[in-house]
Amino acid sequence: MTSLWPQLEVLLDQVQKPARYIGCEDGAVTPKHRPDKAAWLLIYPDTYEVGLPNQGLQILYEILNERPDAVAERSYAPWTDMAGVLRNNRLPLFSVDTHRPAADFDVLAFNLSAELVYTNLLECLDLAGVPIRSADRRPEDPLVIVGGHCTYNPEPIADFIDAAVLGDGEEVVSEITEVVTGWKASGRTSREGVLRALAGIEGVYVPEAYTVSYDGQTISGVESRWPEAPEVVEKRTVADLADWPYPKNQLVPLTEVVHDRLNVEVFRGCTRGCRFCQAGMITRPVRERPADQVRTMITNGLQRTGYDEVALTSLSTADFSGIEEVVAATVNDADCGQVSVSLPSLRVDAFTVGIAAELQRARRTGLTFAPEAGSWRMRQVINKLISEDDLYSAVESAYSQGWRRMKLYFLTGLPTETDEDTLAIMEMARKCVEMGKTHQRSPSVTVSIGGFVPKPFTPFQWFGQNTEEELRRKIYLLRDDAKKSHNVQMKWHDSRATVVEGLMSRGDRRLGPVIEDVWRAGGVFQEWSEHFDISLWTEALERHGLSFEGYVYRHRTEDEIMPWDHLSAGLHKDFLWQEWRDALNEVGLEDCRWTPCYDCGACTGYGIEHVVASAVPPAGGSQGTGQPSNGGAVPVQLAGLKS
Amino acid sequence: MTRVRVRFSKLGKIRFTSHRDVARIWERTLRKAKIEVAYSEGFSPRPKLSFGLALSNGHESFAEYLEIELAADDELTPEGAEKIKDQLNAALPVGLEVQAIAAASRKDESLQQAVRSCTWRFDIDDLDISGAQDWVDSVLGAEEIVVERERKGKVVVEDLRQQILFIQVVEATDHGVRLLAELGTQPRALRPTEFLAVSDPPLKARYVCRINQWMLQGDERVEPLSVNAGPAPFATLADVTRRELTNVRTNGRACSNGPHQPGVS
Repeated sequence: MTSLWPQLEVLLDQVQKPARYIGCEDGAVTPKHRPDKAAWLLIYPDTYEVGLPNQGLQILYEILNERPDAVAERSYAPWTDMAGVLRNNRLPLFSVDTHRPAADFDVLAFNLSAELVYTNLLECLDLAGVPIRSADRRPEDPLVIVGGHCTYNPEPIADFIDAAVLGDGEEVVSEITEVVTGWKASGRTSREGVLRALAGIEGVYVPEAYTVSYDGQTISGVESRWPEAPEVVEKRTVADLADWPYPKNQLVPLTEVVHDRLNVEVFRGCTRGCRFCQAGMITRPVRERPADQVRTMITNGLQRTGYDEVALTSLSTADFSGIEEVVAATVNDADCGQVSVSLPSLRVDAFTVGIAAELQRARRTGLTFAPEAGSWRMRQVINKLISEDDLYSAVESAYSQGWRRMKLYFLTGLPTETDEDTLAIMEMARKCVEMGKTHQRSPSVTVSIGGFVPKPFTPFQWFGQNTEEELRRKIYLLRDDAKKSHNVQMKWHDSRATVVEGLMSRGDRRLGPVIEDVWRAGGVFQEWSEHFDISLWTEALERHGLSFEGYVYRHRTEDEIMPWDHLSAGLHKDFLWQEWRDALNEVGLEDCRWTPCYDCGACTGYGIEHVVASAVPPAGGSQGTGQPSNGGAVPVQLAGLKS
Repeated sequence: MTRVRVRFSKLGKIRFTSHRDVARIWERTLRKAKIEVAYSEGFSPRPKLSFGLALSNGHESFAEYLEIELAADDELTPEGAEKIKDQLNAALPVGLEVQAIAAASRKDESLQQAVRSCTWRFDIDDLDISGAQDWVDSVLGAEEIVVERERKGKVVVEDLRQQILFIQVVEATDHGVRLLAELGTQPRALRPTEFLAVSDPPLKARYVCRINQWMLQGDERVEPLSVNAGPAPFATLADVTRRELTNVRTNGRACSNGPHQPGVS
C-alpha cells in the first residue's frame, strides 16, 4: 500500500500542531515491508507529545526493526481536530514513519500506561477501520495486542483486545513475531488458530481463551477454554538489563514533547515496598544497569542527539549504586558539554548533599520529592518509611545548594487516613518553606495532591477507595489550608477522574460495554481535563446496571476472586494479604535488597534475583527503616554546610 | 566573538514545524556539530542565536536566515565557513539545509529591520492560467485594496495594495497554476495567507514557498546572503526558476524522505 502522505499534507493546515503527524524524528527508520515479515504498528493512545518519549515503545521499535523477520512503525492518537479531518476525508489512522494505513499492519500493539486512555484505544481502532470488538474481527484484520502496566488487569478491555502482554516486552515481542510470521505464511487462515498459538507464549494472555462466571457483583470462577491457555498467565521479566542497552538511538522529535531530553534507564524494579505503588510491586526484582553501560549510554546519547539534559530514569533513581559517581562523571565530562542531569522520582531518604551539589553544578532543574503522606503514622501504613528528618535533611540539602523552589507529591484518600493525617501534608510544606528561609529570600513549595487509587497486585487491592465526595472534601480541606500561606501553592487531580481511574483499575469484563458507550458518546482523551466528562461514565454505568459502589468504593474480602486472579506478577497473594494486614497495624517492612528475602514470589517464582552493584544501601537518611542509617557508606554530615 | 550569517532552506515534511521548533532544532544541531557558540549570561544561559523573519507553519522556504555568535574570535575564512556549513549539514535533520554562510557585522541592522520584501511562490489549486491572469490584472490594476483587521482590540484599516510589489503567473501545474509574488515586509510583513485572501473567496494554495528575502543597499535590491557567493541578486524570474532547480537537484538530501519536492515534477 502506498503512503497516505500526499492526501494528508494538503489537510494539515486544518489542524493544530501539524508536526505531530509528520514523523521525521532523528532515530526514526523507514523500514522495508515484505510479505514474510511481521509488520507491527506500535501505538501510544495519547497525543504525540505525551507518547513520543515513551521509552517502552522506543525499545520495542528498535528491537523489532533489528529483526530480519519484523518491521515496526509508530502511531499516536490523533487529536480530536485531526480525527475529524480524517473521518471527513475518509482517511484512516496512519503510521508517522511512512504514513501507511494502520490496517495494513499485522499487529496493532498499544502501550497502555494509564487507564483513562481506554476510550482512545477504541478511537484508534475505529479510525484504523478495524472492528473494535475482537469477536467481530476477520482473518484479514490486524491482531490487537496491548502491553504496559495496565495489562495486569486488562479485563475491562477484554472485549476489544486479542491479547495482552504481561511484564517486560524485550523478549516476548520476538516470540510473538514468530507466531505472526507463521500465521502469515499459512495464509492467515483461522483467527482462532493464531490466538491459540499466542496463548501458548509465556506472558501472553488471550482473554478469549477464558470464561468468566459471576455471582452478583463478584466473580465465581474463571476457566481456561483452550489447552494452550495456562490456568494462570505469568509475567515476563528480563533477568539482566545489561543485555538490553535500549534505546540505542533515542528518537529526537522535531517539535516539543514532554520529557524532551535524553532518557537513560538506570534500573528496573523497586523493592522499597511502598504498598500503594503498583509499579514497585509488578516490576520486581531490582535489576540495575552496570554503571559503565549507563555512562556509555549517556555520552553516546548526548553526542548523537544534541540534547543538553539527561534524565536518569527508574522508580527511585537515588537508590542506584554509585549514583553520585555517575552524576559527577556526567557533569564533568567535557565531551558532553554543559549538561544538566535530572533525577525523576527521588526518594528523600537517599537524597544527599553530595547529589545536590553535583546536580547544581550544571544548570539547576526542578526538584521534586515524593513523601506521599504527611504524617509518620500514615507513612507506616503505606510503608514509605521516610522520617521527618529524612525529608528535612533533603530539603535542607537542596536549599543550601541553591534551589529555591521544590515540588512535593502526596496522595490523599489512603487507607485509615484521618483529617489529621491529611492536614499534616500542609504542616510539612510550611516547615519546608521555613527551612528554605534560612537559605533563600523567597523559597516556595508546590504541593501536588493525587487521589489514591487502589491497584491490582498491591497490598491495597482489597481497599475500598474513597468516594468522589470524600476525596473532594479532603482536597478542599487542604486547599483552604494552603491559602493561609502564600509560599505554598497547591495543585490537585480532579477527584472525578480519580474514581473513573479506580473503576478501570479494578474492574472486570462487564465494563466493556461501559467503555464502548463512553467512546460512542464522544468521550475520548479522558485524561485531558478539557475532555473529561464524568456524566458520560455515570450514565453508561447506570445503563448497564453497574455502579461505582460495586467496583470502586466497597472493601473486598480475603476470599473474593479478583478479576485478575488468573494473571500473575509473581507475587504470592498471601504475601500481599499479610502486607495489607500489616498496613492496617501500621507495621513497616524493610527493603529486601539489603535484608533477607520475604519470599514475595517475584524472584523465587521465576528463578531470578536482584542485580544490584552495592551490597549496602546508599548513604544518608533512614533508608526505609525510619531509623538513622548505620549501614552503607559514611553518612552525610550536614553540620557546617549552612551558608 | 565572531558573528556569522547563515542562509538555509526548509523543505518537505519539516515545513510543518513552527518557528520555535526550528529554533530548538538549531540549538541541538549546533551542539551535535560541536560548534562552539557564545552563551548569554545569567541564571539560564541560552546560545546567542538570532532568527530573521518568521515563516508560517506549513510554508517552505529557500531563504531563511539565522545569525550565530561563535565563541571564538577568529575571523571567518572562506574555508572556515565551508567547514562550518558541512558540519551543520551533517547534523541538521532532513529538510533543513544550509545554503550559504558568511561573516556578518554586529553593526548590521537586524535582519527583521533590514528586509524590505520577500518573493513567494504559490501553487494554487483549482485555477487555470487565464483565470489566474485575470485575477492578477485586477489586483495590480487596483488603486487600493482596503481591508479592516482587528489589532489590539481596535479596528485598523489597511491598504494592502502597496504591499503587493508584483505578481506573475508562471505556469500551469497538475492541480492549478503557479504564481510568483513579491510582498512587502515593512512596516508590517504582508503574510502569504493575507495575500491569498485578497481574492474572494480566498485562493487555496497547496504549497507556499519563500524564494528570496530582499533588503536595500543604497538603491539596489540585494539578498542578505546570496547563494553561490555571487554578488548580484537574481534579475529575472527565469533566473529564479533555474537557480531553484539547481538547488533542489544538488540538495537532493533535503527531500530524500519522500516529501514534496518543490520545483521538480
